[in-house]
Amino acid sequence: MNTIIPNLVIPDNQGKPVMGNEKGILEVQNLSAWYGKTLAVKNINMSIRSQTIMSIIGPSGCGKSTFIRCLNRMHEVAHGGRVEGCIMLDGKDIYARDTDPVVIRRRIGMVFQKPTSFPTMSIFDNVAAGLKLTRFWSHKMELEEVVERSLRRAALWDEVKDKLNQSGTSLSGGQQQRLCIARAIAIEPEIILLDEPCSALDPSSTLKIEDLMRSLVEQYTIVIVTHNMQQAARVSDMAAFFLMDHDRSGILVEYGPTSQLFTNPKDKRTEDYITGRFG
Amino acid sequence: MNRGYLRRKWVNRAMLGLSSIAAGLAILILALILGYTIIHGFSFLNLNFLTQAAKPVGEVGGGMRNEIFGTLILVGLGSIIALPIGLLAGIFLSEYASPRVASVVRFMADVLAGVPSIVVGVFVYAIVVQPMHSYSALSAGVALAMIMIPVVARTAEESLRLVPNSMREAALALGITRWRAVIGVIIPGALTGIITGVMLAVARIAGETAPLIFTALGSQFGVQGLLKPIGALPLQIFRYAMSPYKSEQQQAWAGAFLLVILVLGISILVRWISNRKRI
Amino acid sequence: MPAITRFGFSFFTSSSWDPVKEAFGALPAIYGTLLSSAIGLLIAVPISLGAAIFLVELAPKWLKGTASFVIEMLAAIPSVIIGLWGLFVLVPVVRSPIENWLGTHLGSLPFFQGPPFGVGFLAAGIILAIMIIPIITAVSRDAMRAVPNEQREAMFALGATRWEMIRQSVLPYCRSGIVGAIILGLGRALGETMAVTMVIGNSYKLTASLFSPGSTIASTIASQFGEASAGVSVGSLVELALILFGVTLLVNVIARALVWRMTSVKAAKE
Repeated sequence: MNTIIPNLVIPDNQGKPVMGNEKGILEVQNLSAWYGKTLAVKNINMSIRSQTIMSIIGPSGCGKSTFIRCLNRMHEVAHGGRVEGCIMLDGKDIYARDTDPVVIRRRIGMVFQKPTSFPTMSIFDNVAAGLKLTRFWSHKMELEEVVERSLRRAALWDEVKDKLNQSGTSLSGGQQQRLCIARAIAIEPEIILLDEPCSALDPSSTLKIEDLMRSLVEQYTIVIVTHNMQQAARVSDMAAFFLMDHDRSGILVEYGPTSQLFTNPKDKRTEDYITGRFG
Repeated sequence: MNRGYLRRKWVNRAMLGLSSIAAGLAILILALILGYTIIHGFSFLNLNFLTQAAKPVGEVGGGMRNEIFGTLILVGLGSIIALPIGLLAGIFLSEYASPRVASVVRFMADVLAGVPSIVVGVFVYAIVVQPMHSYSALSAGVALAMIMIPVVARTAEESLRLVPNSMREAALALGITRWRAVIGVIIPGALTGIITGVMLAVARIAGETAPLIFTALGSQFGVQGLLKPIGALPLQIFRYAMSPYKSEQQQAWAGAFLLVILVLGISILVRWISNRKRI
Repeated sequence: MPAITRFGFSFFTSSSWDPVKEAFGALPAIYGTLLSSAIGLLIAVPISLGAAIFLVELAPKWLKGTASFVIEMLAAIPSVIIGLWGLFVLVPVVRSPIENWLGTHLGSLPFFQGPPFGVGFLAAGIILAIMIIPIITAVSRDAMRAVPNEQREAMFALGATRWEMIRQSVLPYCRSGIVGAIILGLGRALGETMAVTMVIGNSYKLTASLFSPGSTIASTIASQFGEASAGVSVGSLVELALILFGVTLLVNVIARALVWRMTSVKAAKE
């Protein structure tokens, strides 16, 4: 399932295989999220295991994006965003009162739907942004190392190594999205969240990013929201199916290994969605 | 019915013709004022004007050198006071304020912007000149700053608002603290708008006269320091225009030429910059 | 704290000045302000509205941007320069052709009596008109631009001429925005100092004639300041400034409320 990319720096920590009943590094417990008074997701419980790719699927409007934003405390940035419940990262609740969201976001990175390279920065500075903007001063050589390593891991190095000083906007959409991935990797998170990363891209860029994810999972845990079922089937180890409940809030209907969810779903609603009866 | 239609057609033509004339009239007035000032003023402009201090009537030569310096000093002083306050206010309004606080602050800024400049001058007279028992460049700087602040704050806020929210999210998702995200990513994204706003504010106060009557007063002795009265270009134009001596009136025209070129030059430059950025 | 200082002055004035004289004192200035602003509005509003209609409904695309920019440039010219031009270019024209003509033909009206000085209320009114045309035009233009195109198309579909469409569909729709624009212009005119001071003649009397010199609140403050050395007369000038502040504040708040209402009504309708 993993593609070998040349020049890839193999990390020391080899990925653990997916096994049943193994404790995940991200435990979601009774999570509910609001926008002001509107309940967006209701009572989500799941375990996300390390070094796996988990996809979140479901029809639009059922809280997938809201949920994934709760995982790195981005939901509360939105106006009126509020969360109840807890999410345990390595046994500690990321929503604990004394936990700084900034720290959480360094450990759980995010790539958005629309490739947002910072237009006023060069490619180099884009990738280094996570480092440069959190420190007073950085050693130039250290930055260069990190930028090259991140761009290699994001499978973008060869395409941009000669134009690191140019603006990020000169890249194509797919390249920009890989740039955003490199930027997210540069700060060495443990988990990478991707919110519909390919929906604004053409099919060949999409495939490149899917390949990228399979190589990244050796070192990171990946959660991806996608409305494309085929993508979920191609890429992910585990899948979570979300649906809108009667009160218009999103709920988790079924969660399990991708192959099982797609070939032998336990819940009828999952089966209906998979077979295209709705959504 | 036919006659009614003809009448309507003629009314239509007449009213539309009138409105075109109105627009033409507005443009014509501008051309008249501008043209006359530039041509007439230029004819009295000479090297003496730029390099010499004012001389008593009857003596040949004499110029507005001190007043030109005075304007530069006052604009600089006003900017030093106004830019930090205005920019911080704009940043606060756009990035940090809750909607209710923001609308209150915005309202106050609009109110301050609507105050006639002479009232500002009298106000600063009461709170700075009187306690200091002296007219001063400093007090004039304060008055000009009070006029600048609302303009700078509002244009800064609007420029910052134009930065797409996806940029803010992408920056925060990197685990950067709020204020570093603002400084490192958002402000650079709005820089053009902020700079043009500042330039427009500078052009505005360069031509302001009324507040200077109560604060700078004008000086026969040239620039004496920030705590003493100081002359300025618009102030001198005013005094010379009202004087009965033809030589002084001519100098008023020359001064007007300089001032118009300065102010219009900045306005055109601003327009050119924003057009370029848009394309 | 500034308010306390200001009210301190006001207290100071009312105890040492003859209250009757003070009331009389302020009146010519207030009258002058109102009169000159009224003339200014009278001249400016038709021109501004006409120009705004032209810019929004009639101008071809290539003209729209440049013409708008040109009119905005008029707003950027410092008022002391407009005053200078007014004093040396406009006033002679007002004196010779205009006031002469008005005096001989309409001299029976009290407005147009008296020797044609040139400087005076009429000139001040014209100058004020020149200064407020840009702001009224700009805000009206924005109000008219906010009218959705469907409204215009509906009128055309009924067979209206372009002017009828403007008059019956566009203008009523953005009525409060245009009124707001006019009031903003009024606010600007009330506070305008330098240009007015230079062309109004600075005489402190109450007269009905437009030809005679006069004063506005702003011009009084500006021109009397040089001579007011004692604390008392300065205090009364400060009080005049307070009056001006209060009036412009009120006018601006009303104007903004109107413009804001227009935009929020439009948003609510969508």
